[in-house]
Amino acid sequence: MLRIEKGALGLIPYLMAGHPDRDRSRAAARSLAALPIAALELGIPFSDPLADGPVIQRAGQQALDGGMTVADCLELAADVAGRAPVIFMSYINPILAYGPERFAADAEAAGVAGVIVPDLPPEESGSVSAAFKAHRLASIFLVAPTSSEERIKLICAASSGFVYCVTLTGITGARAELPPDVGELLGRVRARTRLPIAAGFGISRPEHLGTLRGAADAAVVGSAVVHELAEGRDPARLVRELLAACR
Amino acid sequence: MRGRFGIYGGQYVPETLMSPLAELEAAWTAARSDPGYAAELERHRRTFIGRPTPLYFAERLSAEHGNRIHLKREDLCHTGAHKVNNALGQALLAIRMGKRRIIAETGAGQHGVATATLCARFGLDCTVYMGREDMRRQAVNVQRMRLLGAEVVEVTAGTMTLKDATSEAIRDWVTNVRTTHYIIGSAVGPHPYPEMVRDLQRVIGDEARAQYLAAEGRLPEVVVACVGGGSNAIGIFTAFVGDEDVRLVGVEAGGSGVAGGKHAASLVAGRPGVLHGALSYLLQDADGQVLPTHSVSAGLDYPGVGPEHSFLRDAERAEYVAVEDGQAVAALRLCTRLEGILPALEPAHALHHAGTLPGRVLVCLSGRGDKDLDNLAAD
Ligand SMILES: Cc1ncc(COP(=O)(O)O)c(C=O)c1O
Repeated sequence: MLRIEKGALGLIPYLMAGHPDRDRSRAAARSLAALPIAALELGIPFSDPLADGPVIQRAGQQALDGGMTVADCLELAADVAGRAPVIFMSYINPILAYGPERFAADAEAAGVAGVIVPDLPPEESGSVSAAFKAHRLASIFLVAPTSSEERIKLICAASSGFVYCVTLTGITGARAELPPDVGELLGRVRARTRLPIAAGFGISRPEHLGTLRGAADAAVVGSAVVHELAEGRDPARLVRELLAACR
Repeated sequence: MRGRFGIYGGQYVPETLMSPLAELEAAWTAARSDPGYAAELERHRRTFIGRPTPLYFAERLSAEHGNRIHLKREDLCHTGAHKVNNALGQALLAIRMGKRRIIAETGAGQHGVATATLCARFGLDCTVYMGREDMRRQAVNVQRMRLLGAEVVEVTAGTMTLKDATSEAIRDWVTNVRTTHYIIGSAVGPHPYPEMVRDLQRVIGDEARAQYLAAEGRLPEVVVACVGGGSNAIGIFTAFVGDEDVRLVGVEAGGSGVAGGKHAASLVAGRPGVLHGALSYLLQDADGQVLPTHSVSAGLDYPGVGPEHSFLRDAERAEYVAVEDGQAVAALRLCTRLEGILPALEPAHALHHAGTLPGRVLVCLSGRGDKDLDNLAAD
């Protein structure tokens, strides 16, 4: 199960499965899973990632160039799911191609806790969410700064596990600063749900976590972690630093 | 279902775009029932685009093929292709919505030129995304866009063609959606785009059907159009969909042959999947990764297709075929020599297929071929 508690600030580092290659991806996932993280988010590579900035785009392309498949991602998830909770982040088309029911069954068997599908709003999620639910996978939907009150209500009602709050109007990628209105957005979501709330997009530095403490229950750090791997460094160092800032 | 053509279409987009798409739909619904918007559209169509475009009997081509071919002359639209019909309607809509920054993607550059032209005309900011490979093979259009004051952003991701330019435009929109309207260039993308683009392009078929009846006293037996994303095809098909005896044929890019895998024939060789916000036929591998495409024509070089075409295909109301690079180039040369009309490489695919059909054939000549001269010289 997810280790996200309301009141504390948990950390959810993101890795692209198969980046920079299979071996180093597995080593990185294992080394992060050994740390006291709330969950590990594993990206399934997709050729056309509309919500991602250059760092994650390149990581996904590299994983695909290395021959990474959905089946390989499931196998990697199974390898680390015993050590830390694992969440998948996948665009909808690879899930549709694999078959939503088969994907959900195999993810459950791998020990995956939940799935984030960034191009699947609740309106389009019917059969996919039903498959996730049948296999005890959390359906984690996203709220954005542009979401109306009406939509926040809809998204919170459709979500399980936690609600993912996109902190900025834009695509993934490390930012120097978080937007000034992030607390306000998190507050609006908090008022609509009893589920834990994770904040993501742009978060990269220890001082960002200070801003989020109290307002969010977990912080997702993607591009900054992927960048470490891309530069040939062990991402555990950055993640340890970020974990220290969560407390 | 709202925003669907059968099972196809939908809104598979990041949450950031969901409220803006709802706003766009509301604005479009209000505009299309507003006589003021209709009058303005009509005025600019007449005085700026040069509509109605002629219906032309291609006498010598018909003699060559032993059939009876008429061309709907969208190549005579200002800026040289049907793309301007859509860009005009959406630019007027953006102004109504108070959005002064416009973005667009372009493949052949015709949609980019049309959008840049309307932005110049109405004083809007314009940024156009274009793949590096397309900037190379459609260099004249890059120059035109820059002359018109648009910023042309080179896209170096993936295959550096229309698919990647579209992805990059969507990422820009996700980031700047509060100030920016995205003028998508074909009948693709999330709802309401496929419907809106069709409604703005259906003027092609509405005019052509009336012109054909006036000229021939009856309807054509077949209507043929090339299909990239499918906007000129849906534009000419829509008026004829209710005429059950009229065959509708969409022509996709067969590249160097569908069997060899180097092509862009989504409806002929793809299977349903999600790209750029909609469920539709898609060229993808077993794992759902979108495949690289190939076509001699930049405007057809796209792995997806508009969702309404997927619906028409499954409903068997329209047929879709593939025509190869060499056949299209030969058709371009033949039309130019026999009719004194230089078509773009995109509609040249439709011209080739039209030459193989018997009877009364209406072809959408979606654009002119000046942009393709460099490529022809090279082959
Ligand atoms: C002249 C011309 N015809 C056709 C197309 C293909 O687009 P669509 O299928 O949307 O009509 C293009 C695209 O660039 C074009 O420039």
